[in-house]
Amino acid sequence: MRKLFAITGILMIASLVLVACGGAAPSGGEPVVVKETVIVTVEVPGEAPTAAPPPAAGGERLQTVLDRGKVICGVHGSFQGFGYMDSAGAWSGFDVEFCRAWAAALFNDANAVEFRGLSAQARFTAVQTGEVDVLSRNSTWTWTRDTELGLTFGPVTFYDGQAIMARKDIVGDASAGLAALEGANVCVQSGTTTELNLADQFRAAGVNYTPVVFEDQNAAFQAYDEGRCDAITSDRSQLATQGQAVLKNYADHVILDVVMSKEPLAPAVAQGDDKWADVVHWVVYGMIQAEELGITSENVDSFLTSEDPVVRRLLGSEGELGAKLGLSNDFIYRAIKLVGNYGEVYDRNLGPFNLARGQNALWTDGGLMYAPPFR
Amino acid sequence: MNIKAFWRDVRFLQWLGQVIFIVLLALMAGYLYVNVAANLERQGLAVGYGFMKNPASFDIGESFIPYQAADSYRRALIVGLINTLVVSVLGVVLTTIVGVLAGIARLSSNWLVNKFAAAYVGVIRNTPLLIQLMFWYFGVIVQLPSPKQAVEIPGSIFLTNRGIYLPWAEATATFPAWRVYLLVALISIIVVRLLFQFIQRRSSLPMPFWWNIAYLLIPAVILWVGAVIQPEPPFKETIPELGGLNFKGGMRFTPEFIALLFGLVIYTGAFVAEIVRAGIQSVSKGQVEAARSLGLTTGQTLRLIVMPQALRVIIPPLTSQYLNLAKNSSLAIAIGYPDLFSIAGTVFNQTGAAIEIIVVMMLSYLSISLFTSLVMNIYNSRTRLVER
Repeated sequence: MRKLFAITGILMIASLVLVACGGAAPSGGEPVVVKETVIVTVEVPGEAPTAAPPPAAGGERLQTVLDRGKVICGVHGSFQGFGYMDSAGAWSGFDVEFCRAWAAALFNDANAVEFRGLSAQARFTAVQTGEVDVLSRNSTWTWTRDTELGLTFGPVTFYDGQAIMARKDIVGDASAGLAALEGANVCVQSGTTTELNLADQFRAAGVNYTPVVFEDQNAAFQAYDEGRCDAITSDRSQLATQGQAVLKNYADHVILDVVMSKEPLAPAVAQGDDKWADVVHWVVYGMIQAEELGITSENVDSFLTSEDPVVRRLLGSEGELGAKLGLSNDFIYRAIKLVGNYGEVYDRNLGPFNLARGQNALWTDGGLMYAPPFR
Repeated sequence: MNIKAFWRDVRFLQWLGQVIFIVLLALMAGYLYVNVAANLERQGLAVGYGFMKNPASFDIGESFIPYQAADSYRRALIVGLINTLVVSVLGVVLTTIVGVLAGIARLSSNWLVNKFAAAYVGVIRNTPLLIQLMFWYFGVIVQLPSPKQAVEIPGSIFLTNRGIYLPWAEATATFPAWRVYLLVALISIIVVRLLFQFIQRRSSLPMPFWWNIAYLLIPAVILWVGAVIQPEPPFKETIPELGGLNFKGGMRFTPEFIALLFGLVIYTGAFVAEIVRAGIQSVSKGQVEAARSLGLTTGQTLRLIVMPQALRVIIPPLTSQYLNLAKNSSLAIAIGYPDLFSIAGTVFNQTGAAIEIIVVMMLSYLSISLFTSLVMNIYNSRTRLVER
């Protein structure tokens, strides 16, 4: 009995170590980075005798990032079109480009980014503990995540919705309803809102199904492709991009018209540091605004001499917008010049998958992309 | 009278060392606790198990107890725990069989059997389990044809990429009544066994072999009496048949379950094989020769002389392999089997209750392991060499 207590005790201590490490020692990365990270995540002066963190009045993270000289960005590791490492070993994808835009805005260097490939389950913990400065990993903005998980989500970079893909020989065409999937096995990734929506929608429709849950999205696609499941569910963008990239014969499959959820995908930062959140938000807004004004990475230099006060403020030729954030006034110019406007980023990464802009078009084109005024 | 200064007294120093160790341990635990509390407060996270009764609202692919999305998180975690237990218990039983057979095969004088066993152990022991699980799942089981082109093995066994379907027995309305007869029949076997042992102890002559018929005859009579009273059979056979997208009827083992069980058994079996081989080889050759010269048959030698001595070498490392198997079952998440780790991961992701879930998981695996160790230790103390 005594032995049992001893073992239990040791394990409990081990668990505490794990938890305690959350704030104190993010895994991986150079020790220098680690040290800096500790100070930043502290928002309340700790009463604990442990590290004596300075009272944070916000803006700590921005200073840390500037001192470090690069942005640590949490991304998806293997999601073609959004966040993956290409065959040349370079990170690329829609979400990845926003990381580059932040780096460009801060350091005038689109490569001043350290990417961290994160699993669906680990991503929010990585933000909470300060292991990453910002998460740009096709994450849905939800109430729970925004409040209970202690995150602040940025502007929506991609309006998505959950959809379901099935074999044409089972459901016919895209107009089929969920009822066509009675008794089906559905492949799904764990640790996502997708899993919940799947349960809700099938329950609402009164259709029986069996979920087959994988930790890794690629494993789910592979199992679906081999015929283990009749259908696979995920965000529509993901089904389209992954489907074309992974499935043996994409033409045999069809994405049903059924919309199972709203999935606004947005970057996230830790709650409580408004200054850093502002930087993250306004760089994205700047890219949207630039598209609206027709400013691209190609022609941005010609706009520097523009007489239009809106353009001049955006690009920093006039006013002190950047300085108020603690940045260079031309931070948007840098992001546009080195990365591009929203439309360019979209076309470059999602164009090859023939993913229509849809809700992600500018508000002037009937979409939802809308930046608050730069003034 | 040899009075030393107390700081040079070995007994005092030993005592002091232990006290210092305990104080340091307590300080460390205190430090960690304070750190955790501070970190949690800083992030504004509350710790508590209140969320456990909230509806889980996600579905689970396979469950041995009734479960639906509207059930609580607690029930979802129990489903996961049972899934883990089922795969672990079946895994331990099958691993023992595979391991013992492979271990004996390693010692076989038959060249083919010997080399085959050596190759099995060599390949399986030296590749990572996760890769093996991926291989069995994606490389073998999911590659089976769809239900419509199922591979049929005579006896209505169907192999498909949706699982393996077997004919199965289904309890009928008379099953509760039959349970009593079955129980009585089982007890009769034990009674016969005790009786034979009693007779053998009193007589030096070997028991005539045909007496063993009693083991079959007496239960058969009891069951026949049962059949007269209750003519409806307790089970009826259900045979898998193709209906809609999948098979209906019979017993279905999902591809995830099969791949996980198979992967774990094959992997752990290789380790057990080496343990069994080492155990048998640890018994000195003289023992076998002595047994043979006393006129014991090969079977008797193995059963009465070699195995009892080999077991005391085999049991302790075998226990660790059983524990490994149970813990390795958490790799199920890679191939979609809803074990405790997989479901706990989903719950954690939905509630954000990281600490609570990790504690639940650790305590669950800890209890499974401690219980296994306890059983194996009891068994070990019974097989230990009795020294006088």
